[in-house]
Amino acid sequence: MIRTKAFLARSVGRLSRATGRGGGTTLPGRVLLKLDSDAISKLGSRLTGGVTLISATNGKTTTASMLATILAGAGREPVHNRAGSNMTWGVATALLEQKGSEGLFEVDEAWLPEVADRLRPRTILLGNLFRDQLDRYGETEALADAWAELASRLAGETGFVLNADDPLVADIGKTSGPGTVFFGIDDESQALPELQHAHDAKLCRVCGHELTYDRAFVGHLGHYHCEHCGMRRPNPDITATAITLNGMNGLTATVNSPEGEARLELPLPGLYNLYNALGAIATARELGVSVAEAVASLAGMKAVFGRVERIEIDDVSLSILLIKNPAGANEVIRTLALEPAPIDLWIALNDRIADGRDVSWIWDADFEMLADRVGSVTCTGTRASEMALRLKYAGWPVENVIVEEDAEAALDRALSGAGGKLFALPTYTALLDLRNLLAERGDTERYWEG
Amino acid sequence: MKLRLLSLYPDQMNIYADRGNILFLQHRCEWRGIDFEVTRCGPGDRFDPGDHDLLYMGGGQDRDQKAVAGDLIESKQASMRAAKEGGAAILAVCGGYQLLGESYELEGETIEGLGLVDLKTVREPGPRLIGPVAIEVDLDGEPKVLAGFENHGGRTRLGNCSPLGKVIHGHGNNGEDGFEGVREDNLIGTYLHGPLLPKNAWLADHLIATGLEHHHGERPELEPLDDGLEDAAHRAALTAARKG
Repeated sequence: MIRTKAFLARSVGRLSRATGRGGGTTLPGRVLLKLDSDAISKLGSRLTGGVTLISATNGKTTTASMLATILAGAGREPVHNRAGSNMTWGVATALLEQKGSEGLFEVDEAWLPEVADRLRPRTILLGNLFRDQLDRYGETEALADAWAELASRLAGETGFVLNADDPLVADIGKTSGPGTVFFGIDDESQALPELQHAHDAKLCRVCGHELTYDRAFVGHLGHYHCEHCGMRRPNPDITATAITLNGMNGLTATVNSPEGEARLELPLPGLYNLYNALGAIATARELGVSVAEAVASLAGMKAVFGRVERIEIDDVSLSILLIKNPAGANEVIRTLALEPAPIDLWIALNDRIADGRDVSWIWDADFEMLADRVGSVTCTGTRASEMALRLKYAGWPVENVIVEEDAEAALDRALSGAGGKLFALPTYTALLDLRNLLAERGDTERYWEG
Repeated sequence: MKLRLLSLYPDQMNIYADRGNILFLQHRCEWRGIDFEVTRCGPGDRFDPGDHDLLYMGGGQDRDQKAVAGDLIESKQASMRAAKEGGAAILAVCGGYQLLGESYELEGETIEGLGLVDLKTVREPGPRLIGPVAIEVDLDGEPKVLAGFENHGGRTRLGNCSPLGKVIHGHGNNGEDGFEGVREDNLIGTYLHGPLLPKNAWLADHLIATGLEHHHGERPELEPLDDGLEDAAHRAALTAARKG
């Protein structure tokens, strides 16, 4: 029966793409799940080489892409929801449309327990939890509770790879069983001068008292302990030291593991991408790929859809950096701050369901850091005016900030005002719109063909 | 002139980017040549009600809210009461709003509130009340609109006190009686959370004027500012609420 249902669902996807209606990355899965709500378990049982799931607030798509790159370097091609569609129907679509013996899926934070219960993964990598779309996900603490419950259900059966530097994630190690692997950053020189405002892990998960931070690297990710109950950051099995950040061009670091030292040259910028890389390397090791092989593959890593993607349009080099929550936006801002001024920007703020209807979060992101470095700024999207308002109160020169709600007109204005480089900062649905717009203009391929 | 703001639990009660409100007030004072002073008041800290003209308390996760509730009563209740009676402006948002009342019942537990206003909040079964919201408010004889976003599990019911406004779009205090928030003396509590002032510049200016009146004894006429972007952001928030 599952074969007939799968055939029907696949046909719908082909038809949708052939008629140019789009949505090909989720529609077949949606149809299939309507026909059979347990289709994921049935199709997933064919993945005899095991399934790896990746979840986090920030970096799911990039981390999964890194791991896919590493596995490809070892001659392995997992079934992978590479277009970033990461709820049940996106996973179902990948299962329908790709052949392979192992699975690699990024999964939405809130959907992780359901997908994991159905797929019974061999490995789960958990990267971070930040405040994000509170209207959709609810409180960060509640997600951490749900993940910890999942870990106790799967302990012994599933290997967990956890970020030691995120107290909300590392805490899951209490229930995830022996063999849990931790990764983290061990380079004090990369610490933030102070804890950022948008800070999501203030209280000890064990005793509820305030955490003490010796240093933080990204948001609340760092070295912490509880003075009250003695809870400490776990000692990571895989660490990064001797880190050098090279602006938008990437970074280098030494990766230390039980296999010894390896030098990582990552062509993606920012400490947040180093965390993604450490997670991918630690997980790859669990899947039988050595750290030396993993770092060699990562050196050839390409950016993925909307995550530091670069597109040449006439004489302007357009870089696209997704922003969707304070912690992620702050890392984008921190990376941009290393660029030579003036920095020309196209910023798109939408309030559709997939963006989170609530745009409050822009007031938590530290746009102040770029105030004296920006050139021409164009704001677009359904909430363009609130974005521009945020920038005004962040001290950006208002005379350089234009509100243009039409995305295409805004893009033309931004491209013509840019001095060689343009940085596009879209929220999620604005990223999809931008990508389709660029495809229509012939600047890129449609994303599901990429 | 000088406006003295007291920021209550800025590290605990800030879940929806509450600092946007303080930033907004600060710039609007400074652009008018009004000195602006912020005092942070965290767990264990006490304050002198005569030293502050505008008190702000934002929203927090359940865990943070429980953690501050006891401290609020222990170290700040008397000062809060005196500040309200003395005519200071008080703005409490979301979780902060709930803590102004008599109590908040959730998961079989009753958190005692400040008891500054006669209202109670209960986490009843049913979905959280989430979405864009717009309410009609009449603070000084001229009805105006507040637009923003609400996200709360608790249902608040008012006793012997007045709501802040009537719900035009959205849920309001409990999704049933059509009222939103609370207002008494110069105290305002509302579920319109996080940075509601940037979307409602008129309320920010109302609070500034009330605070200055508290400090200097006379309500000033505030110098108008170029509010083109502020007005556009208000209209966009209102459009979002209208669409639901």
